[in-house]
Amino acid sequence: MCGTCGCPSHQAGGAGRAEDPERGRVITLERDLLAANDAVAARNRERLAAADTLAVNLMAGPGAGKTTLLVATITALAGGVPVAVVEGDQATDLDAARIRATGVPARQITTGKACHLDAAMIARALDDGIAPAHGVLFVENVGNLVCPAGFDLGEAAKVVVASVPEGDDKPLKYPDIFAAADLVLVNKCDLLAHVAFDLERFTAAARRLAPAVAVLAVSATSGAGLGVWLDWLARRRARLHAAA
Amino acid sequence: MHELSLARALLTQLAAEAERHAFARVLRVKLAIGALGHVDPDALAFAFEVASKGTLAAGAALDIERVAGAAHCLGCGADVAVHGRGDFCPKCGGGHLVVTGGEDMKIRELEVA
Repeated sequence: MCGTCGCPSHQAGGAGRAEDPERGRVITLERDLLAANDAVAARNRERLAAADTLAVNLMAGPGAGKTTLLVATITALAGGVPVAVVEGDQATDLDAARIRATGVPARQITTGKACHLDAAMIARALDDGIAPAHGVLFVENVGNLVCPAGFDLGEAAKVVVASVPEGDDKPLKYPDIFAAADLVLVNKCDLLAHVAFDLERFTAAARRLAPAVAVLAVSATSGAGLGVWLDWLARRRARLHAAA
Repeated sequence: MHELSLARALLTQLAAEAERHAFARVLRVKLAIGALGHVDPDALAFAFEVASKGTLAAGAALDIERVAGAAHCLGCGADVAVHGRGDFCPKCGGGHLVVTGGEDMKIRELEVA
């Protein structure tokens, strides 16, 4: 009996290695560590496609302006496109309340200690009927430029929101999330005149990670660039619809 | 710390395999983790040690095989080895590489009793 953790095979001082002289049988798996998440994500993707709902996974660091951008986007889409939002935060329903104030449905997921949303959380939101048919479901991931990158939710597109005050070095500092992006929005571009932020340098860095990625400068507060973002959403909706 | 989520995902798979293959204990888990995967192997090993306590995998050895990163250069067309995302092409110095390998986070095999 092991003196470290009480298990039958672990030798005290063995630094967590099994030193059991007994050889077990070997089972070959060759399966992805996140196979369970990926299976749920694939099912989410099917359900969303069947409802003709474009799901967009918005990922950003805290304070990049995801929620403000969403409010501006929802306001611009009002009356034309059905929209709903899933909000992910470690705590509080402050963001969902901001979305609901615009008149669209919002479902808050509080993850507790978890640093990202996963596919099962989205599946539960879909079970509750959050996805608007023939519309757009925005999923605002937990504010974090690291962990959300690895978890497929079943979305049609991953959009990374960076912002001018964060600095133009963010793509190379957080490469995994930018490598996963289908679109990068640079929010708060109204501050470009006041902050040492080189948009060309930022774009070049993002394209070292995702060579084909589009980078759009937007301002949720001034409205600059929002038209191009709305056009992008319209194209992605049309593509989803054509594939159905 | 999404490594804890990954460790729990691993334990869930081990429990499912234990039902399918009728084993009581996991002695060793062999993983393949790519240099460009979304996981830090040391953090995963620590998370696994913590999360596996009291489970069928308590004390199991975690062998992590590192898979090298590979990419295709859009500039010169070469297939090259890379150490991280954002690397420049070692052949032409170009900065537009499409990752083709080393993103693995895979369970290769289990040794069970």
